[in-house]
Amino acid sequence: MSSDPAAATLPLSVHDLTVAYDRKPVLWDVGFDVPPGSLVGVVGPNGAGKSTLLQAVMDLLSPASGRIEVFGAPYRKMRHRVGYVPQRESVDWDFPVDALDVVTMGLYRRIGWCLPVRQKHRDLAIEALDRVGIADLARRQISQLSGGQQQRTFLARALVQDADLYLMDEPFAAVDAATERAIIDILREMKNRNKTSVVIHHDLQSVPEYFDYVVLLNMRIVAHGPVAETFTPENLQKTYGGRLTLLDEVAEAMRRRERSL
Amino acid sequence: MHLWQHWSWQIDGWIIAAGVLCAVASSLLGNFLVLRRMSMLGDAITHAILPGLAVAFFISSSRSSVPMFLGAVIVGVLTALFTEWVRRFGHVDEGASMGVVFTSLFALGLVLIVQAADNVDLDAGCVLYGAIELTWLDTVSVAGAEIPRAVLVLGVVTVINALFVTLFFKELKLSSFDPSLATTTGFSAGLLHYLLMVLVAVTAVASFESVGSILVVAMFIVPPATAYMLADRLAPMIWISVFLATVAAVSGHVLAIEVPRWFGYRSTTTAGMMAVAAGALLALAILFSPRHGVLVKFLRRRRLAWKILADDTVALLYRLQERDPEAATDPNTLRGLLLADQFSFRLVLAWLRRRHYIQRHDGQLRLTRPGRHIARQLVRSHRLWEQYLTSFANIDAARVHDKAERLEHFTDRSLRDELDAATEGAEQDPHGSPIPVERSEPGNHSDS
Repeated sequence: MSSDPAAATLPLSVHDLTVAYDRKPVLWDVGFDVPPGSLVGVVGPNGAGKSTLLQAVMDLLSPASGRIEVFGAPYRKMRHRVGYVPQRESVDWDFPVDALDVVTMGLYRRIGWCLPVRQKHRDLAIEALDRVGIADLARRQISQLSGGQQQRTFLARALVQDADLYLMDEPFAAVDAATERAIIDILREMKNRNKTSVVIHHDLQSVPEYFDYVVLLNMRIVAHGPVAETFTPENLQKTYGGRLTLLDEVAEAMRRRERSL
Repeated sequence: MHLWQHWSWQIDGWIIAAGVLCAVASSLLGNFLVLRRMSMLGDAITHAILPGLAVAFFISSSRSSVPMFLGAVIVGVLTALFTEWVRRFGHVDEGASMGVVFTSLFALGLVLIVQAADNVDLDAGCVLYGAIELTWLDTVSVAGAEIPRAVLVLGVVTVINALFVTLFFKELKLSSFDPSLATTTGFSAGLLHYLLMVLVAVTAVASFESVGSILVVAMFIVPPATAYMLADRLAPMIWISVFLATVAAVSGHVLAIEVPRWFGYRSTTTAGMMAVAAGALLALAILFSPRHGVLVKFLRRRRLAWKILADDTVALLYRLQERDPEAATDPNTLRGLLLADQFSFRLVLAWLRRRHYIQRHDGQLRLTRPGRHIARQLVRSHRLWEQYLTSFANIDAARVHDKAERLEHFTDRSLRDELDAATEGAEQDPHGSPIPVERSEPGNHSDS
């Protein structure tokens, strides 16, 4: 596969990915390719495994089976080309750092072990904060930022990473309209520079407006492809119509079996 | 003064040096324990290394430092590992799994030490409370100078911890704040976690002899927790914690000598007093911290209350005179209408008079021109809000007054202009009172 020149240009390609927590499948035989320069929405109900999918891509958990390639190679060889925007709630916003500190964290890999953050790095971070429109808040402690400003800080941190593939976990969750606008502007700008963004998204109504490619996920891939063809009522019905109850049942049977041994 | 009569730099100087080094070495690492919400893991490790010490003693049958260190560090890291395993495979939360691991290991350590105590002087009490007062007795010679062994060991550990925190400052910051970003960008959060645990174990062993296993926990946690309240960035937090640790150590020793004498007792344990001093510093920070301090919050609330009372006073004067220019406006009538307490009202009146917003005429209070100006702005804000809330928020006209009464104090010129635009330049509020027009300057035009 990796000898195929086309595969090397694919920003993200997932094959037969299965992830289980405690034998309970969260992702079941998931496979899809993301075309370069696309703006991909990952859509599905709660517990569909959307965040798990991103974590698996970044090697944060070990899948039961399957293979994930980022630009045709394993993630750990390509981490410099991937930027990550985690869910806002995933960190402690009372941590004693200011917005500039958080954004500079996106440059740590480039700075390298043990070397200090220098002025040119801070300048880059200020520039990124400026792009998301909150350069004036650079020196503010992060707990003093509003939810939208915190989300913009995270986005700025991903921007300074200057990646080719961005993975974003619900960047639009609970932000004000202005921030939503700012985020979507940045996503489009990145698309124009042929960068790829994979964005977990909750608001179905805005999917056709924001994204050009969609992955419908509910434990397995229901459908994936260009929004115009894939984002159909039938597919949404299949995605949100209920979990794969038979898979749940077989998992339960496996657990019972194990206990009885 | 008693203190200096018995003071000996040979003894007290070394005790203070040991105390300061122990406190600084611990609190350097403690910052990250507190920020990672792992304070209890520090506690667990310091207790759990006891069997490591005992086993090392059994194997090497000596109290020499190197095997002791190794044994303790190995068990210290095992504590962190066991805790993680029990949490994952036992399906219990982290607190419970820590509780299981460290009490079991600590108990095992006690059993082993009691067993060993028959033939050696490895004393359980000493492990718990330390013997910082005896620091100066056991010296080694370094470059011709006699230095207490504890001071030497703690000095080395302090240097190692300081280097660790300096060299890995940015890595520790990142992995404490956002471990998944750290891991995905190639700074393994797990690796840093175990490095930190190793150093916590090393520091705990080094501090054992001086302050004992219980009090070293205080030094790990209390100065950083205090600093956390006082700083809003990581580097200042670490500096403050180091400073507080030093203050606690020095004052701990002085107080240990002084305080018991006030009550006619002999001096008490320095290690205990160090922890008490650290606790006292924490209490002071809770009271006086500039951002979250209880006192500051109280004063801020009080000031806001007075500010609102001052606003209400001028607005009331404005309304009374609007309705009836001859209305009685003596202080007592006003105070009754405002339901204010005597002290606050006097304070507010004095302030308003000093700012020349009101003046007194024959026992009646009158607004001055600047006073009238701010009053008009307040009343305008109030009535604009009433108009806005009844038109847009569907709030009953009878209930709208209380809501507007709160909002008016936080409404500035630009917000008023927006309200004005939203209510399409309404000239009356829902109760039929005129909305005063906006004027930018208090002077130059005649009022009323």
